[in-house]
Amino acid sequence: MVVVNALVQGILLGGVFAMAALGLSIAFGVLRVVNLAHGEIMTVGAYIAAIGLSRLGISVWISLILVVPVLGFAGYWVQRLLLQRALRIGELAPLLVTFGLAIIIPNALIELFTTNKQTIPTGDLAVRSITIVEGVSIGVLPLLTMIVAVLLIAGTQLYLTRTRTGRYMRAAADDSETLRLMGVDHRRVYALAMGLAFGIAALAGVFFGMRQGGVTPFDGHLAVLFAFEAVIIGGLGSLWGTLAGGVVLGVAQTLAGVISPELPLLVGNLVFLAVLMFRPTGIVRSKVAV
Amino acid sequence: MQLLSADTVRVDRLRTRMITMQVAGAVAVLLLAFAPYVFEPAVTSQWIKLFYLITLATTWNLLAGYAGMVSVGQQAYIGLGAYGIFVFNDLGMDPYSSALIASIAIGVIAFGLSFVAFRLRGGYFAIGTWVIAEVVRQVVIRFDSLGAGRGRSIVDYTADPILRNLFTYWLALGILAATLISTLFLLRSRMGVALQSIRDDEVAARALGIHVGRTKRIVFVVAGMGAGLAGSIICLQAIGVQSPSQIFSVSFSAFMVFMVLIGGIGTIEGPIVGAVIYWVMDIYFSQLGLWYLVVLGVLAIAVTLFLPNGLWCALTSRFDISVFPVGHRVIPLPGADSSARPRPAEAPVPVKD
Repeated sequence: MVVVNALVQGILLGGVFAMAALGLSIAFGVLRVVNLAHGEIMTVGAYIAAIGLSRLGISVWISLILVVPVLGFAGYWVQRLLLQRALRIGELAPLLVTFGLAIIIPNALIELFTTNKQTIPTGDLAVRSITIVEGVSIGVLPLLTMIVAVLLIAGTQLYLTRTRTGRYMRAAADDSETLRLMGVDHRRVYALAMGLAFGIAALAGVFFGMRQGGVTPFDGHLAVLFAFEAVIIGGLGSLWGTLAGGVVLGVAQTLAGVISPELPLLVGNLVFLAVLMFRPTGIVRSKVAV
Repeated sequence: MQLLSADTVRVDRLRTRMITMQVAGAVAVLLLAFAPYVFEPAVTSQWIKLFYLITLATTWNLLAGYAGMVSVGQQAYIGLGAYGIFVFNDLGMDPYSSALIASIAIGVIAFGLSFVAFRLRGGYFAIGTWVIAEVVRQVVIRFDSLGAGRGRSIVDYTADPILRNLFTYWLALGILAATLISTLFLLRSRMGVALQSIRDDEVAARALGIHVGRTKRIVFVVAGMGAGLAGSIICLQAIGVQSPSQIFSVSFSAFMVFMVLIGGIGTIEGPIVGAVIYWVMDIYFSQLGLWYLVVLGVLAIAVTLFLPNGLWCALTSRFDISVFPVGHRVIPLPGADSSARPRPAEAPVPVKD
């Protein structure tokens, strides 16, 4: 029963990994930018929520209405002002720019808010749970996270296939030259995609923070690695694969936790390396070009 | 544009400059080796830092600037170099020999890890190396004998602090000299040309019969060993490791990126210039605390966007200077002005570029 419980918790943990991975996937799929600062964007999102909570007293759900657009807007302008220029220079430049951001953000956060954990209290949500059978119960917050993750993935999928801007994004990923010839401002399309990626990252950051009970400046490093592992395990270019990747990673971690509380991170990473070695295309074959 | 052929031009490998370089380099190393007899240990210990910074920058540049592999996980080898000292020191070796033997072990480890890392390309390679560095850290802290998560200090060590500083200084200088010499010869060799062709167009390089995988793997291993040796020096100088998260910190990668970018990626001189700039900045600004890292990040972004070739290239575009001769130069032979000579009717049309 312990193993079954770990399995269930692992699947739910996968929800938060998938959510974290979604933004990374969009940025890579459309812009071919590996955003090394992705975890840091999540951290900033969680910080805004935490500060909003503690200083202004607004609820974490209301703060989402603020956090997501603010970081979406930031993503739009990071793309237009920094990354667009970097993409013109070469392949290395965007990577180095995002790495620069990944160094700036946590250190600035430490200097501004110390290394202390900024709590994100969620009332009794964190402790509420539904007992399925004896020994297996599902936390309400993890369940909610999973539902939001699934809805986000479905929504993004619909956005990319059903709306005009979404289709432009997919076209830009395939052939931005032709898109430009058709009179579409590819820079705007790129910037919107990055805005979307940042916004989703911020949302994921708040959920990640709620799960951990708060956020520290160091969480971003860990989050970007999880997100990246979920993307690779799931298979590049597949949004539902990202969910599968997140679930595999989550299950690996919780099962390792049953054996020893020190093992989850190491085992999660080893599963990732094993997938990389033996199934480098990921566990789900890519169907949709993202 | 005229047709290039063996009787009209000759390819200059800058041999004279190479010989001058070798003599000057040997004299410089000899002079630096005597520096501890002239300067205070406080001064030379700063130089030790400069030496390992140049080593780190040079090896990272070899990876990213010449082989196109941007790694943000070189801290894996820095940490292994530091912890390698404990491993071999515990077996009864003195710390300095431990450092050298550890570097060979690290070469073997890097060879093994390359098979995982090379599954990924470009940006995903970067983040993959970061994961690998995390894995290495998580494995190392599982060993109680290495101090687990707490860090450790070197046990069996020369008691005399002056002698200690002297040995560390010579080792750091030796490693630096070895790194620069091997980089120079590597880039002058056929492999150097192969490397640059891989960086510019991997598919074309493969089509020309270059062993892309093998060449990249050699560079990956060499860069890992260089970072490992630098890590040993860091450990020797601090007489131990404060904590695993410090020696395996991704900030090391940030420093490497910064030094190479500022100086100029894809040149031998650039990383040296960048390392000196970083070293000077570090001496004067490190009391700013973490804002210092923020400034470093901002500068790295600014240089990437507005001065993508770095300071060294900004200098060389204005003046014709080159310290390390790795290039090939095509020189028209005197009296062989081919445009004046009758050209065969079926002469192939010279291709531009």
